[in-house]
Amino acid sequence: MTSIGTGYDLSVSTYSPDGRIFQVEYAQKAVDNSGTAIGLRVKDGVVLAVEKIKHSRLLVPESNRRIMTAAKHVGIVSAGWMSDTRHLVKRAREESRNYHDTYKRDVPAKILAERMGMYKQVYTLYSAVRPFGVGTIMASYDADGPQLYMVEPSGQYFGYHGCAAGKGKQVAKTEIEKLKLSEMTVREAIKEAARIIYSAHDETKDKLFELELSWVCEESGRKHQRVPKELIEEAIQYAERALDEDDDEMDDDEE
Amino acid sequence: MSALKPGEVNLGTTIMAVQFDGGVVVGADSRTTTGAYIANRVTDKLTKIHDRIYCCRSGSAADTQAVADIVQYHMQMYTAQHGEAPTVKVAASLFQEICYQNKNNLSAGIIVAGWDERDGASVYNIPLGGSLHREPFAIGGSGSTYIYGYCDKVFRPDLSRDECIEFVKNSVSLAMTRDGSSGGVVRLAVITKDGVERQFVPGDQLPEQYVG
Repeated sequence: MTSIGTGYDLSVSTYSPDGRIFQVEYAQKAVDNSGTAIGLRVKDGVVLAVEKIKHSRLLVPESNRRIMTAAKHVGIVSAGWMSDTRHLVKRAREESRNYHDTYKRDVPAKILAERMGMYKQVYTLYSAVRPFGVGTIMASYDADGPQLYMVEPSGQYFGYHGCAAGKGKQVAKTEIEKLKLSEMTVREAIKEAARIIYSAHDETKDKLFELELSWVCEESGRKHQRVPKELIEEAIQYAERALDEDDDEMDDDEE
Repeated sequence: MSALKPGEVNLGTTIMAVQFDGGVVVGADSRTTTGAYIANRVTDKLTKIHDRIYCCRSGSAADTQAVADIVQYHMQMYTAQHGEAPTVKVAASLFQEICYQNKNNLSAGIIVAGWDERDGASVYNIPLGGSLHREPFAIGGSGSTYIYGYCDKVFRPDLSRDECIEFVKNSVSLAMTRDGSSGGVVRLAVITKDGVERQFVPGDQLPEQYVG
């Protein structure tokens, strides 16, 4: 970012001479500082997982949830400012309700992603506002099957097989690319999701974290729900075992 | 509620839609009246909402035309935004929403029918209060009261395409002979996966029945 300090990064309504809008890029930075969030779309559903970093031991376990439900069939996990996220989820709920009121059918993920993208984009046009510091990952099971979308602070959105946002997104993305997502079931995907969140976690920077997992799948009746406790326990054990094995391999290499 | 204003044009009507395996047949008479005067004897009460969705209009001509125009506009928007054709259910839901929200100002009884990728052939009935019913076949308008018994007797869920055409032709023309506000010709449309086929039965070629 060579143009920092030249005055082109003060407002979202000013382009830099090489055609960039710095405030939008800074908003993306806010997303990159967040605990890792991922989404995996597999053959019978979608899984969301997030590394919820805890700044204090005094926090009540399972409080301040980062995965939220926008409609009965739509789950949202965000990376970035949680206060912005709550506003966006509120908006997503209104959009879903609105769509259902007019067409009497569940909003397709494609349409919801588009509308959320449009909403975010407006905040990249005016100098009086700041862009949302949030990357929104949306999981849905609609008439077209399992769907996964991610909306960026710029308002761009894409449909994914697997996606990641936050601190560990590079690690997570390389791990996700190794998976055969189209052949997997959600039961397998929650284990892999847990493993990826655990491997993307950086012990040296953040000590405390909590794994949050949710799914929308055939098994949950195409509804977005928290993954049952037993399955989370199982997934965490799998993740820890996989990490230990990785460590052992590294030790071997050193000999 | 639902009373016509003085001088308002009425679709005192017989309309009908029947679902068969692979499509629907919609039909209507062609009489439009202002009191005892026949304002139009060759009216087309079958209105296209989308490529494979039609509605049959009964009640006030002005109200039903206005509602059909609004739904038509919304279905065009839907197609542009979704990149695919709306389902018959979506179109019918929109009709219902408008008819229910404005029930105190409208006199509109509408049957929506058509074919879509998701649900195949379907028929929806939206009577005066603005409720929505999916039915294998539906009849409506003032003339329909004369043919409930006939329709219930003749209808079978396994009617073929050609049998459905005959069923609609016979039912509508029976209603037309008894109902003073129905008459003229029978207009039909057969909607399937492959498109829409319009048919026309002139008044002198209607099925024969006892006329006293």
